[in-house]
Amino acid sequence: MTSPPQTMFEKIWRRHIVVDRDDGYTLLYVDRHLMHDGSEGGYAQLRRRKLKLRRPDRGFATPDHYVLSNSGNRADIPDAQHRRLVERITENTAASGVTLFDLGDERQGIAHVVGPEQGITQPGLTLVCGDSHTSTHGALGALAFGIGTSEVAQVMATQCLWQRKPKAMRVSVDGALGDGVTAKDVILAIIAKIGAAGAVGHVIEYAGSAIRGLSIEGRLTVCNMSIEAGGKAGMVAPDDTTIAYLDGRPFAPKGAEWDKAVAFWRGVPSEEGAAFDRDVSLDAAAIVPMVTWGTSPEDALPITARIPEPSTAPDGAKKDSMERALDYMGLVPGTPLEQVAVDRVFIGSCTNSRIEDLRAAAKVAEGRKAVIPAWVVAGSGLVKKQAEAEGLDKVFRDAGFEWREQPGCSMCVGMNGDTGKPGQRIASTSNRNFVGRQGPGVRTHLVSPAMAAAAAVSGRFTDVRRLLG
Amino acid sequence: MEPFTTLEAPAIPIDQPNVDTDQIIPARFLGRPRPDQAKHLFNDLRYDADGKPRSEFIMNRPGYEGARIVVAERNFACGSSRETAVTVMVDNGLKAFIAPSFGDIFFNNCFQNGALPIRLDAARVAELRAQLRDRPGTAIAIDLAKQTVTGPDGKTDRFEIDSFRKDCLLKGVDEVNLTLGYEADIAAFEARQHQEMGWLDGRR
Ligand code: SF4
Repeated sequence: MTSPPQTMFEKIWRRHIVVDRDDGYTLLYVDRHLMHDGSEGGYAQLRRRKLKLRRPDRGFATPDHYVLSNSGNRADIPDAQHRRLVERITENTAASGVTLFDLGDERQGIAHVVGPEQGITQPGLTLVCGDSHTSTHGALGALAFGIGTSEVAQVMATQCLWQRKPKAMRVSVDGALGDGVTAKDVILAIIAKIGAAGAVGHVIEYAGSAIRGLSIEGRLTVCNMSIEAGGKAGMVAPDDTTIAYLDGRPFAPKGAEWDKAVAFWRGVPSEEGAAFDRDVSLDAAAIVPMVTWGTSPEDALPITARIPEPSTAPDGAKKDSMERALDYMGLVPGTPLEQVAVDRVFIGSCTNSRIEDLRAAAKVAEGRKAVIPAWVVAGSGLVKKQAEAEGLDKVFRDAGFEWREQPGCSMCVGMNGDTGKPGQRIASTSNRNFVGRQGPGVRTHLVSPAMAAAAAVSGRFTDVRRLLG
Repeated sequence: MEPFTTLEAPAIPIDQPNVDTDQIIPARFLGRPRPDQAKHLFNDLRYDADGKPRSEFIMNRPGYEGARIVVAERNFACGSSRETAVTVMVDNGLKAFIAPSFGDIFFNNCFQNGALPIRLDAARVAELRAQLRDRPGTAIAIDLAKQTVTGPDGKTDRFEIDSFRKDCLLKGVDEVNLTLGYEADIAAFEARQHQEMGWLDGRR
């Protein structure tokens, strides 16, 4: 008897079952645990319980949230409590034997940029981090999801988590993406279609020719925002692109082990005919550069659209929430998005701070001048180094953009003090346009790196396709 | 962990959908000790830039002071993984959450802190919110063993919860200790995986 075809998610899940209880709960093994400067909470719980890290060799850490963007010197962090957290990750990892990419090491950066870049993230693995955007790592065909502090402590102590199996959902994007349309536009279009709660309780597999055609960088951007669609995780099946990407990365297997690993990775993708609990599809050719107008990532529209009219809302509750969002965002219904003036630009975050993102932004910036303040924060020291080797820093500087010194989360969440001013309108390549995300009263619009650069050089939202012409 | 069995207490309605954890506790308060954070529950919704209470926010309206239950809209507490979104609620006495749906990570984090997230049908949740708005300070009764929620109107609904989560909450079981009890299974898994995927194992 043959078993029914399995999804990639199902296969990875099954391979990691330590204990299956008859009440529907599974003790799931965690292959890789990423840590950052917020992981002190997990270590504190371990200390309180007098427990040791079970598998320090499976842990990798890098400071990102509280790191300053203008200095790689810890002593410069003005807030004593924040500075302490960045110190603690150094002390904690040294004491426990976890690999650390610390400040001063060119491998330091945002955990979700560093993991794939170092080859820590691999197909078929389970990977967790005390951060919701851990979904990013699914781009390489891993089952990766964010966890809370208590669960971080549990993984530290046991390398396992109690989980109930989520459902599987497939989002297929088929066809060719137009010029100037990027992975960020794809994921914003998906979230606009299915909603911010559209994938709650599900692991999303992104499939279809447009996804296949994306580089690993692009797939990382798509999977990154799975959480903004409510998904537990997002994944893309590993293929030649994935294997070529991993080849030679420091923590990828070598020699005979590499061949063994590749053979295993080839078996990870969903089998033909595997059943998904839900299926959604989008036409790639219909996707255009996107901009969010409201305070939820689902509030995304094509740049060619106008600010929506609350009177067209399907019900009273939706109308109320649209009015509240428009009021916070200081927008007038009916205004063409291209007429909305922008005060500031942020290019960075675990969504869009990789080399391709910087190249796409630089291509738009080249030979033009920013008319509003625009920051570029590389996702890791290695991304920064690569960009500088390609002269992108010079392109940005010549165009009046600010090339920030130190990789990290920076203005994505502003925990390091990089925030906007109340009322400021920011075109941001990050993933959350929540009220106050970039500082109290700040108005965040999510866009791709190319669209962010277009906003920087025109002072308003601009269809980047015209600038690329 | 303190067990959760029954709770009969005043409840507070939150009408907006997609309330994210940045609203529950803004990121700028995260790097602080837990007792400091409690003051900042819903900080930017509760207080204006000068620190004055915003009268329009439900928590600042009379009658909701003693609330221990939140009745929310869909996708409640979506967004970041910050467990502070749960602890800051618990530290303000809010130990049960009723909504049509939740952010996944918040939902899981509740169980690590003796708090109970309850999914109920959207229409019933809307009804409960309306009753709480009409009569601030009225109570909702939750019985975890029986898996029931009784609203201000006396109507009782049954909710679903995994028996694993239910047991842990009722007994106040600590998941880390529970998991440590499976040491032999974990070690066996690791030995097996080492045979198949040795490249994952580094210095030990
Ligand atoms: S870049 Fe932003 S979303 Fe990504 S880990 Fe940092 S704070 Fe979180």
